[in-house]
Amino acid sequence: MQHGRYRFVVGFLVVPLALYGVFVISPFVQAFYYSLTNWTGVSPEFEFVGLENFRRLADDSVFLRAIRNNVLLLVVVPVVTIALALLYAFLLNVGGRVGAAGVRGVRGSDFYKLVFFMPQVLSVPVIAVIWSVIMSPTSDGLLNSVLGVLGLEPSRFLANPDIALWCVVWVMVWGSVGFYLVLFNAAMTSIPRDVFEAALIDGAGRVATFTRITIPLLWDTIQTSWVYLAILALDAYALVAVMTAGPGGPDNSTQVIALQIASNGFQFGQAGYASAMGVVLFFATLVIAAIMLRITRREQIEY
Amino acid sequence: MSLPNEHSRRVFMQRAVLASVLAAGGAGTLSACASGGSSGGASTGEGEVSADNPFGVAPDAPLDVVIFKGGYGDDYAKFHEELYKKQFADAEITHAGITDIRQQLQPRFNGGNPPDVIDNSGAEKLPISTLADTGQLSDLTALFDAESIDGGSVRDGVLPVAIEAGLYDDKPLVLNYALECYGMWYDQALFDSKGWALPETWADFMALCEEIKGAGIAPMAHQGKYPYYIQQFLMDLAVKHGGQEVAFAIDSLEPDAWKSESMVAAAEALAEVKGKGYMLDGTEGLDHIQSQTAWNEGKAAFIPCGSWLENEQKSVAPAEFVTTVAPTPLLDGAKLPYGSTRISAAEAFIVPSKAKNVAGGMEFLRIMLSKEGAAKFTELTAAPTVVKDAVGGLDLTPAAASVQALVESGGDDNWNYYYDVWYTPMDPKIQSAVAELAAGRLDATGFCDAAQKAADEAAADPTTNKRTRG
Repeated sequence: MQHGRYRFVVGFLVVPLALYGVFVISPFVQAFYYSLTNWTGVSPEFEFVGLENFRRLADDSVFLRAIRNNVLLLVVVPVVTIALALLYAFLLNVGGRVGAAGVRGVRGSDFYKLVFFMPQVLSVPVIAVIWSVIMSPTSDGLLNSVLGVLGLEPSRFLANPDIALWCVVWVMVWGSVGFYLVLFNAAMTSIPRDVFEAALIDGAGRVATFTRITIPLLWDTIQTSWVYLAILALDAYALVAVMTAGPGGPDNSTQVIALQIASNGFQFGQAGYASAMGVVLFFATLVIAAIMLRITRREQIEY
Repeated sequence: MSLPNEHSRRVFMQRAVLASVLAAGGAGTLSACASGGSSGGASTGEGEVSADNPFGVAPDAPLDVVIFKGGYGDDYAKFHEELYKKQFADAEITHAGITDIRQQLQPRFNGGNPPDVIDNSGAEKLPISTLADTGQLSDLTALFDAESIDGGSVRDGVLPVAIEAGLYDDKPLVLNYALECYGMWYDQALFDSKGWALPETWADFMALCEEIKGAGIAPMAHQGKYPYYIQQFLMDLAVKHGGQEVAFAIDSLEPDAWKSESMVAAAEALAEVKGKGYMLDGTEGLDHIQSQTAWNEGKAAFIPCGSWLENEQKSVAPAEFVTTVAPTPLLDGAKLPYGSTRISAAEAFIVPSKAKNVAGGMEFLRIMLSKEGAAKFTELTAAPTVVKDAVGGLDLTPAAASVQALVESGGDDNWNYYYDVWYTPMDPKIQSAVAELAAGRLDATGFCDAAQKAADEAAADPTTNKRTRG
């Protein structure tokens, strides 16, 4: 019997594992190998150069700039997105007036949910194009017209190196909040109502309910979201490539690692060097995910 | 941001052109052996060599053609294939018109099984200097030395820029087929109605700009999201001031090439345009479609661009708009004449050295370079080619006629640069510096320093293959 069960399990696993091995694992391994060569990407011939590519990375001013920008995204995007998503989810679920029916969300919460989720059904390039039109740098641009009505000076937005990256941050947050709102909303719905009602009876206000009950009970979900958002922030390729001048922004102000990988690997004919960047990004992602999971680890709360 | 436009922009923007010296004396070394001798063919095939078949194409050998289907489409290539078929009725021709050249062909190059002819263009083109450096391109010397279909040698039938643009360590490896001409574009109808005359000197240009600004129009717009365009204006000012040597020094990565007197003067001139408020408001953040549309709407008088502009704006330009090109004005003490400009050859046709039918590929290029083949290209795409005197009977639009006139008035003083394709990693850094200059965030000195730093980095990079011109 035991023997037969193994055959059964293996039968199910062999195809997906093989596919995973060919399309996921093997490219990773190859990238590690190519990062130690001077492969151009378009020739069957190349040489082994050891760690030379990694040494060059340390002196590459554009790559270092890209790392700086990615770190900023990494710090800002997850915090802002999660904070906003949590706040909205809370309001939609339990933020409404307390009536005879007990705890409920604000009026029209289903409609808000739909509105917030809307960006999620758009593809990233579409979002990028929409926002680059909204943030048009001319004084008759959409957002600049609004600024004009408010009596403010027109802004260059993505063409201004001082704020270009913040414009990208804004679009990333705008594009992500909806998804995490729905995620947190689902998690909150699974928290039993009576917990909130008990808190209410004990005289807890909205703030106390939020910090003492909602957040601790959602911690697992928040933790996972944090890792996802960090990975998103380490990429940012599509938004930057479509939205910003260059691409890479004026004076490389929105340059990111993924964009540098693409330029070096495909336009400059330096696939080996680009693989080295990929390896750096791989380890950065791995380490950051591990650290985040560790520092956010809490006791599991059962309910 | 429609896709065809995007592609056509990239086609021209990233013209795959490369060269070093315009073959001092034509370099007679015929090079059947230059293809590296590995599994692919040499420049003569297995067929019999004759006047009609100078490369000895095996008549029944299949021909594999891959064309970048961008702004020019691929219908012209189908016509060339018909001509080929007329000559070799037994040859089976595989035609692919695609936009993702790199994705589709990279595996074939890596596998040693590339097509016979490739139009390596567009945003997704293969890195051509890398292909050349690794010996993967056939030497086209035999092609240019061969008898043209219209008589005379192929070399004599094309503009010199066609050969110069494809030179690689003195060997022609690439045929750049379409001719492009850069300048400042304006609406002739608007200028006529206002009585504005084209300025030949910088002082006249500044005076005109003041007048245009007074009329409530921005004197100049540019495609700021892609600094490449305003860079044409800057480089034209500099090279026409200091002569071809300015471009040679830059391409040769000579020390302080970006700090030459001419470059400083040009950078100061561009800074002056911005400083005096002659740029369209916010133009530094507009892409090519937005800025060119604003120009078509009469919001700006001049815009720097290349000869594809009319075609690109066809659906946008008002009916009465007369797209016309003007040469860049001369700075004081300029060495080149007012009527000269930057011209380049684009649409990079290559014959991989490991292709199965190298001789057939060369023959295909020879057919393209016939007057019949070139006229069809111009007829289908409204773009000139590098083939001389091919468009005799064709009706040209005002824009095409003004381009033709500018190309002819410049003659041997027309110039070009190649550093952007020779040293690809340097190009975006220069463009970034140009953008800062044009937006008024860098002054002339700051720009020259930043550009020189980028050039010095390329010169110091051991993985860069350094080339020289001049």
